[in-house]
Amino acid sequence: MAKERIGVYVCHCGTNIAGTVDVEDVSRWAGEVLKDRGVVISRDYKFMCSSLGQELIQKDIKEQGLTRVVVAACSPHLHEATFRNACKIAGLNPYLSELVSIREQDSWVHTDKAVATEKAKAIISGGVERTIWQTPLDPLKVPINPTTMVVGGGIAGIQAALEIADGGFPVVMVEREPSIGGHMAQFDKTFPTLDCSACILTPKMVQVGSHPNIQLLTYAEVTNVSGYVGSFQVTVKQRARSVNVEDCTGCGICQEKCPKKVIDEVFEAGLGYRKAVYTPFPQAVPKYPVIDRENCTYYIKGTCKACEKFCPTGAINFEQEDEYLTFDVGQIILATGWDLFDARRIPQYGYGRLANVFSNLEFERLSNAAGPTGGKIVMRDGITVPKTVGIVHCVGSRDKNYNNYCSAICCMQSLKFAHLVHERTGAEVYNFYIDMRTVSKGYDEFYQRLLDEGTHFIRGKVAEITDAAREPGEEGKLIIQVENTLVGKQMRIPVDMVILSSGLEPRHDTKEVAHLFGISCSADGWLLERHPKLDPVATMTEGIFIAGCLQGPKDIPTSVAQGAAAAARVVGKIQQKEISMEPIKASINQDKCSGCRICNNLCPFNAISFIEDRMVSEVNPALCQGCGTCVAACPAGAISGTVFSDQAILAQIDGLLLKNVKPLELVAG
Amino acid sequence: MSEQFEPIIIGFTCNWCSYRAADMAGTARIKYAPNVRLIRLMCSGRLDPTFILKAFADGADGVLVSGCHPGDCHYVEQNYKTMRRFYLLRKLLTQMGIEPERIKLLWASAAEGQIFADEITKFTEEVRRLGPLNWNPEQGIPKESQPANPMEVSA
Repeated sequence: MAKERIGVYVCHCGTNIAGTVDVEDVSRWAGEVLKDRGVVISRDYKFMCSSLGQELIQKDIKEQGLTRVVVAACSPHLHEATFRNACKIAGLNPYLSELVSIREQDSWVHTDKAVATEKAKAIISGGVERTIWQTPLDPLKVPINPTTMVVGGGIAGIQAALEIADGGFPVVMVEREPSIGGHMAQFDKTFPTLDCSACILTPKMVQVGSHPNIQLLTYAEVTNVSGYVGSFQVTVKQRARSVNVEDCTGCGICQEKCPKKVIDEVFEAGLGYRKAVYTPFPQAVPKYPVIDRENCTYYIKGTCKACEKFCPTGAINFEQEDEYLTFDVGQIILATGWDLFDARRIPQYGYGRLANVFSNLEFERLSNAAGPTGGKIVMRDGITVPKTVGIVHCVGSRDKNYNNYCSAICCMQSLKFAHLVHERTGAEVYNFYIDMRTVSKGYDEFYQRLLDEGTHFIRGKVAEITDAAREPGEEGKLIIQVENTLVGKQMRIPVDMVILSSGLEPRHDTKEVAHLFGISCSADGWLLERHPKLDPVATMTEGIFIAGCLQGPKDIPTSVAQGAAAAARVVGKIQQKEISMEPIKASINQDKCSGCRICNNLCPFNAISFIEDRMVSEVNPALCQGCGTCVAACPAGAISGTVFSDQAILAQIDGLLLKNVKPLELVAG
Repeated sequence: MSEQFEPIIIGFTCNWCSYRAADMAGTARIKYAPNVRLIRLMCSGRLDPTFILKAFADGADGVLVSGCHPGDCHYVEQNYKTMRRFYLLRKLLTQMGIEPERIKLLWASAAEGQIFADEITKFTEEVRRLGPLNWNPEQGIPKESQPANPMEVSA
């Protein structure tokens, strides 16, 4: 065993490690004390991950004939691939290198330099012992299915789907609502350029609907996901539309004739009506309506069928049932978006109690030319034009009672509202903000424009919105109680109408979505990216990408950029035709297997099967995911796992507890 | 170095949740007790009870087992199998004269760096209170830590 020639490389990571760990001492210790364990060279370097650092390792592999490399630096989740690749280039099998973390697990979490230095030594000792037992491995290649599933048909999903489809690869898009378009379809104008939202969105929606490479499923939900990167099997529940799409022409007569009006809580944010048979909005893609069975008179009372009578093509089908469809896809992009913070949770703002307190989505519909008022900004009575309007920023955001994070879009959205109110009604507009955050291209210029337009800006968090008049001039108004923190003065500002710029929240079912697709949520409930800076659209699960607001609040340009970024990642993978997979697999020694079948039921992937005629179990490496549960369970010790073998782990325990080092040397170290 | 007893704890983490919780604690510079040395497995289901016995035999004073929250396992349900083994093993350790408080099962998601750090500090304090294990299988169990009457243990 001591025949191995091991190189130990200790990274300073600038001062990230060297600030808390005496790296020179650690390196010297490894070179001297672990000499018996096969360490022939031990070095420390400012940045091991830099090209110079990697060259240092490569040079030693070639000149010193190293057979194992242990790098003590950051988390393997950050740079394991880097160092494996460096070893590979120098001719050393990548699985004979070991990256141990003395940054995330040591220097960053401890303060006492002596203690942290000792811990680093133990960690390195564990890594050295472990690597001795590693065997050369080759990554497994699995073919990749070129079809990609995009879940969520908002702007991020649309962008992702179009990029992939334009690249020539098939896409299956799944959207829960009857139409794609997402929240962006509800908006009137988009900041800061004030282009009409529908004008820039609907052409893209039409493209998705008509693209030969895109199969569009709306009114549908993913119910099950199995498999792995390159080969996922996804079950989609296609809810019954009660309309045969092959026959429907989208003429809209059914919607005209349907006698049942329903308050549209989703698209019109509760401000308008739709019919029981409906498309959410006229430009919906696909154009086929759905029958809302909870509200349709036929489904409630058994009579009516007005839509069926008038449908010129006989497309209405009351007997249609939910269908479960299965798709084989190689990769998945999630773009399921956000929910609006429910301002009812802040009772002192009066939303839901005071008629003229509006939510931001309500105002979007109010100001939309295709909305319930035809774009007229009026108060809840539907007639009165407000003379004064207050816009409250950060509702439910940057507030430790609700959400700690900044919702990123509210400042700009509020400025947009202020501009629209000003332009269309000439009303006095008051903006109540904590901090003005206008960070992207053209955003601050928009803020300057609003200042020029004469919008009032009051810095302070609104304490209360009330209709209880206290002074003359307040009767019949909504009074906003706020401390103007720039002058240190309490103010009461009477207005006709209040718009609450509510924040963005993770979709109510984000946790279930995360569970379904095997990815994680952050503490705030947004889906977690692989790396917040360097890998924002990938997830911890290979082959599953995220784009748009499900990762965190963001504006339209960023959502589009993420959609395109996720698509680029997917297309890049497809073009490799096959994917390298970690060769972490279990295998069964047929001579040792007693045929007890304990392992068979432990595997959730059905990778272990029992061979009746030989009375032994066998692992199918294509199905094995490498968790190692069967390895731990085999009473005969017949199952072994690569990379995480029994010997390697037991040796690492020895190393971590410095059992590998003679007591005398430990003292000397 | 302080005078107080500094226990050594071996911690097992899974690759997907709890190791990333440790990474998260690091990235967020959350400070915790330096007594734990971690071993990364792909899944807590990989944890062979032998590993824990080996750690104690090698001189660890405590062992931490951590994985994804039930229901969140990257490998569907393997952490449930860890849970089953954990309680069996804890019983076994008790029978061997090792205080059951010396092993701890901790579920931590990738976002729970703070919880991971806090629990490690708490566990370190617990093990510190128990004192050194001094379990040397080569010499057998020290006389004073053997129960006087084996029947008492099973009762």
